[in-house]
Amino acid sequence: MPHSLSAAPVRDPETFHHIVRLERVDMTFGHVQALSQIDFEVGRNEIVGLIGDNGAGKSTLIKIISGVLRPTAGTVWVRDKRVDPSSYSVRRAHDLRIETVHQSQSLGEKQPLWRNLFVGRQIVGRFGFIDVKQEKAIADQLLRQAIGFRGHGITSESTVADLSGGERQGVAIARAMHFRADLIVLDEPTTALAVSEVRKVLAFIEGVKTGGRACIYIEHNLAHVHEVADRLVILDRGRVIRDIKKGEMSLAELTNQMVALHDGHADARA
Amino acid sequence: MPARDPLPARLLRVEGLPITAVLLILVALFMLIAPEVFLSYRIYMSFLANVPPLLVLAAGLTLLIAAGEIDLSFPSIVALSGWVLAYCIHDLEAPWLGLILALAAGTFVGWLNGVLVAHVGIPSIIATLATQFLWGGLTTVFSKGLSYSLGDIDELFVWDLFVGRIGPLPVQCLWSLGLTVCLWFVLNRRRFGEHLLFIGDNAKVAEIVGVNTRREKTRAFALMGCLAAFASVLLTLENKNFFNTQGGGYLLEVMAAVFIGGTSVFGGKASLVGTVAGSFIIVMVEAGIVATGLQGFWVRAVVGVVFLAAVVGHLLIQGSEHGKTRLRLLRGRFGLNQGERT
Repeated sequence: MPHSLSAAPVRDPETFHHIVRLERVDMTFGHVQALSQIDFEVGRNEIVGLIGDNGAGKSTLIKIISGVLRPTAGTVWVRDKRVDPSSYSVRRAHDLRIETVHQSQSLGEKQPLWRNLFVGRQIVGRFGFIDVKQEKAIADQLLRQAIGFRGHGITSESTVADLSGGERQGVAIARAMHFRADLIVLDEPTTALAVSEVRKVLAFIEGVKTGGRACIYIEHNLAHVHEVADRLVILDRGRVIRDIKKGEMSLAELTNQMVALHDGHADARA
Repeated sequence: MPARDPLPARLLRVEGLPITAVLLILVALFMLIAPEVFLSYRIYMSFLANVPPLLVLAAGLTLLIAAGEIDLSFPSIVALSGWVLAYCIHDLEAPWLGLILALAAGTFVGWLNGVLVAHVGIPSIIATLATQFLWGGLTTVFSKGLSYSLGDIDELFVWDLFVGRIGPLPVQCLWSLGLTVCLWFVLNRRRFGEHLLFIGDNAKVAEIVGVNTRREKTRAFALMGCLAAFASVLLTLENKNFFNTQGGGYLLEVMAAVFIGGTSVFGGKASLVGTVAGSFIIVMVEAGIVATGLQGFWVRAVVGVVFLAAVVGHLLIQGSEHGKTRLRLLRGRFGLNQGERT
């Protein structure tokens, strides 16, 4: 089934080195330089953990990759092909099989779950009408397997306002899983989840890798990200400051490094 | 599968059913109080002749409000497009050209509203307030403040097509109801409509899920302009007259019809079935009160009472939904939901 927790192999074995690559990317909001001269890449079968303090630019970086934001300068490559910044958008990213689970709210509160799962990628019939029946059927099936759901009473027709935080997160993850991305971007997906559900998310991320696909994983919990990531990229104040391969650094060393970084900032401010 | 909700709860969720029930209760009430008027078909034919312009405007506005926007300029579109049509019929003797130009003018004004709101970034309540003055004023300039009497217009095929009679039935009711059904499908079954609902729900979320919010908003305003122009065509043809302040009285009535129907002022939620009921309620209360022998002065007060009652009713229905959810989450927390899902 296209929406089970384990990932299926890639269907079309294309030859590319990096699913996504950013070269000298800058992003400024007004006077604030959120990202400067970012070089960042994700291999075709790689889980990259993205870590850094609050405000380091992690969410900005993945919003560029997912097409929500347009970089101020620099180039973006998808599957080794340069993307035209003027036509790059969320829709284009979806077409290129890049799926994102955003940290911020990404569901319409008053809308039923079936609309939320398919908005932007509706199943339409020959005359452009949404196939509600099919969307609801798939949505109900997804909900039965979704992470974060306990107890009864939620169907495809429930509105998002009816859901708890964990359930909302589950719907956002289920949406990304269903559309079978080659690159899945997860921005703090475990924040609202219970411990047992966190394990499911980590298992899902490892499943992405065995399925031959790639993942960018943003996480505050260093233990989680250290466990599953092939490579860790540390962002600090809009710059990439470290690129660590799996096994190069123990969890304890990593924790010390991050604490040192944080204290460094505190000292600088003092 | 969860147990089904009891019947009353399910009925409350059928689109527009509660407010349609209110409409029917009002009809029954008027039948009791003024049987000689409300048991004869003539009053209903009169409704079906007078509701259509209001309904077309209210249906269009429902879509805009669903997207979290508002249009205050449609009364001026009703005036402007009416003048375009009247001028073409009266001075140029070209009714079909008039029809096309009237619709084009309305669509253009609506599109311009859309550009001001979605691309320039002016809040719609301000942008359309300004364009309401602009186009209303220009209509007065174009028409030199004159009215056009279109006395022999009923000889034209355009007249028969849009506001003629099939037996006693005014054709415009078919046009307006047909159009509303189409708009229901646009809102509930087309991508465009779904995008409007998400924009109204939360514009940031809409962006994140890949909705081109600027384009969709612009389209929604243009659609509203076109519908306002069509309402104007129905009105001008039915009245066989154009006057440069026509449409002015519609602003508040149309908004009332939309909100009585249960569409959320906060966007993201809309009911076109409710808008139909709301439109009929607005027109019927007016006729009903006069027919029951109360003085016409009472009309607005009674509309106000019905309006408030409807809005409170919608709130209560929503409140019970939310109450249910809170209960569910609470029960889940204490493990009281029976049977685990597999």
